[in-house]
Amino acid sequence: MRPSLPSLVNILVPVKRSIDYAVKIRVASDGKGVDTTVKHSMNPFDEIAVEEAIRLREKNPKLVTSITALSIGPPKAVDTIRTALAMGADAGIHITTPESAVVEPISVANAIKKIIERAEGKDKFDLVIMGKQAIDDDSGSTGGMLAGLLGWGQGTFASKVAIEEGGKIEVTREIDGGLEKVEGKLPLIVTTDLRLNEPRYASLPNIMKAKKKKIESLKPEDLGLDFTPRFETISVSEPPKRQGGGKVESVDELVAKMKEAGVL
Amino acid sequence: MPLHLKRVLAFNVSRNPQRPPSHLLAFSPCILPIRKVSTLPPRATHLSRLQPAHISQLRALLPSSNSVLSTFDNSASSDDLQPYNRDWMAKYEGRSQVVLKPRNTEEVSKVIRWCGENGIGVVPQGGNTGLVGGSTPIHDELILSLSSLNKIRSFDPMSGVLTAESGVILEQADSYLSKQAEGFIFPLDLGAKGSCQIGGNVATNAGGLRLLRYGSLRGSVLGLEVVLPDGTIWNGLSGLLKDNTGYDLKQLFIGSEGSIGIVTAVSILCPRRPKSNNVALFSLPSYEACLKVFAETKSHLGEILSAFEMFDKTAYEAVKRHGGVKKVFEEGKEGGFYCLVETGGSNAEHDSEKLSNLFESLISSSLILDGVLAQDSTQSASLWRIRELCPESLSKAGKAYKYDLSVPVEKMYCLVEHMRQRMRDVGMLKDDGTGKVKSVAGFGHMGDGNLHLNVVATEFSEEVQSAIEPFVYELVAENNGSISAEHGLGAMKAPYISYSQSPTSIELMRQIKQLIDPKGIMNPYKFIT
Repeated sequence: MRPSLPSLVNILVPVKRSIDYAVKIRVASDGKGVDTTVKHSMNPFDEIAVEEAIRLREKNPKLVTSITALSIGPPKAVDTIRTALAMGADAGIHITTPESAVVEPISVANAIKKIIERAEGKDKFDLVIMGKQAIDDDSGSTGGMLAGLLGWGQGTFASKVAIEEGGKIEVTREIDGGLEKVEGKLPLIVTTDLRLNEPRYASLPNIMKAKKKKIESLKPEDLGLDFTPRFETISVSEPPKRQGGGKVESVDELVAKMKEAGVL
Repeated sequence: MPLHLKRVLAFNVSRNPQRPPSHLLAFSPCILPIRKVSTLPPRATHLSRLQPAHISQLRALLPSSNSVLSTFDNSASSDDLQPYNRDWMAKYEGRSQVVLKPRNTEEVSKVIRWCGENGIGVVPQGGNTGLVGGSTPIHDELILSLSSLNKIRSFDPMSGVLTAESGVILEQADSYLSKQAEGFIFPLDLGAKGSCQIGGNVATNAGGLRLLRYGSLRGSVLGLEVVLPDGTIWNGLSGLLKDNTGYDLKQLFIGSEGSIGIVTAVSILCPRRPKSNNVALFSLPSYEACLKVFAETKSHLGEILSAFEMFDKTAYEAVKRHGGVKKVFEEGKEGGFYCLVETGGSNAEHDSEKLSNLFESLISSSLILDGVLAQDSTQSASLWRIRELCPESLSKAGKAYKYDLSVPVEKMYCLVEHMRQRMRDVGMLKDDGTGKVKSVAGFGHMGDGNLHLNVVATEFSEEVQSAIEPFVYELVAENNGSISAEHGLGAMKAPYISYSQSPTSIELMRQIKQLIDPKGIMNPYKFIT
């Protein structure tokens, strides 16, 4: 039995290393994926999740005991965990996968579930804050699956999160034409929307400190996990090229053409 | 006080003991009589006026229907010509009635020969993004737009030599290079990259954001094709890095601002595009700390350092108020100065190791109050945006007088301090904020010793201007600096050239101008007058 008034909350923040938001995506030569030899950064929605965890602690210093960042991915996913640590998370867990392995949302949800179930006693996680989706595959299903697997409540697409007296969490969600407030009890899963907060910059002293923070490295086998995909990607293609249109030689010609068409 | 700082602060004391420090001088010009910018020169009598009858002759030279725009034959209205007649700041406006857009070098040559024969003044115009009124007519000169000379002629991925026509827009040249299999970069980058043209960049010897890393265009331009004032085409396009056979003529045209010829094509050496980029922003307590951090940064980052920019608290406050940027530093960790550092390297791991060593050294020596490192491209862009918003935000804060100055880097910020003191001495800058001058701010390319000094006044007025000028030019002259680091002379600074150049230099320049353009048709009333 969990106490109804949690005095100590441990937050788990899953973070994904994905292609940088500013990179122009190119289809890989085999037509089954995209070119991944480009700059990678933390999935922006996860960055918002890390920021929110830190803000919850800043607002309720006595309530939040720990913030742990978890990443599943190739060796370089460690950089993503370091970013979370530099922002203010306390410790990291890295589940290593081979360089080009595809890990589907259900596998990610299962892995997070294992990590949560593994923790005991005062280290038990009470709150998972995660991005509502990753910007690379846009699945947007991990949060929901995890809630289902664990049987926890969820506050999705959060634009505001508040911890209330008695371990209640109030989540404000953006819906068509307004806001919806939902309330849930810990343990809970919150998925973050774009307007929840603006993530901070990682400061140099914190970047240096982050190097000394502990990152636990695990293999899927260590947790009894199998990441074999259930789906096969048949093909990935670029959107069809736009048809029609002509090229003008100069601005003047453009103006002349627009006058001709009667739009000027 | 540390000796180093003493030297910095003592820079303004005149070397001539008879002469009081310049801020105590009245407005006496120091070398030559000074002409006010507001009084532009009268129309020259040696230049003929364009006539309606000329249009058919010009059309015969330029057969394409879009190449001649004139109010004489109603092929354009005066509204249509305004964007060519007026500069982007709406500070300078001529009243030319003819705009020509030749499509190749031969057509440029025909037009210029015709102008020489008929005694018609010509203003070459690229993207018209200059800051000193160099690309717009003063009176009724013919405007020669190079926008239609916009072909990339060749690119050699082995040597990295790009040959392109003048009218190619800088950003298009850069994106063409970035799409090459190996990824190349144009060795020049500046705020106006989306509109400015490479011919204009070369003709004005533009500096910009990558100068620290790739050097001036004088080094990266390998050759030029230029139409001379008599219509001769000089083909000086070369792909050679070394060529010591006689005078290096291309150097004469780089930065000549259209005064002795029209650049129609450029060969330029383009380096590989860096594979990894990092951006950090530091908050510092003093300019002295900026200098030390600059030295430290150069020693740690070496060849991967690609930009070192500085802005002061006044500029940062303006950006925070008018630019809508998110908070970077915690309260209490904001200092009087900020430095932005960018690296570009070929190996992300090596770069972050070098950066990490630099940070450790900066933190342990307590040179910086705080610092942040961008974790992704979006954050890199946001940090750059703070620096890039400085000019615009200061303009929003009031009426900003802007000066582009260059002095040895250790003296750079003293110009701002002296200007601030000067404004206090004349009673315009007051602590309670009621003065005619609201603030004096400085920012710039610290890596190049290039300061953008801004005096933000409540109104543009003769009184404020005469309190600043020629004081600011005297200050720069006394420190062997330049009154125009990267913006050129154009119409704005032509009268003040004597503050940066000796009478002998100016006389030599006049002789060169006279030799190459004896009829005085090229970009008249500007540059060397």
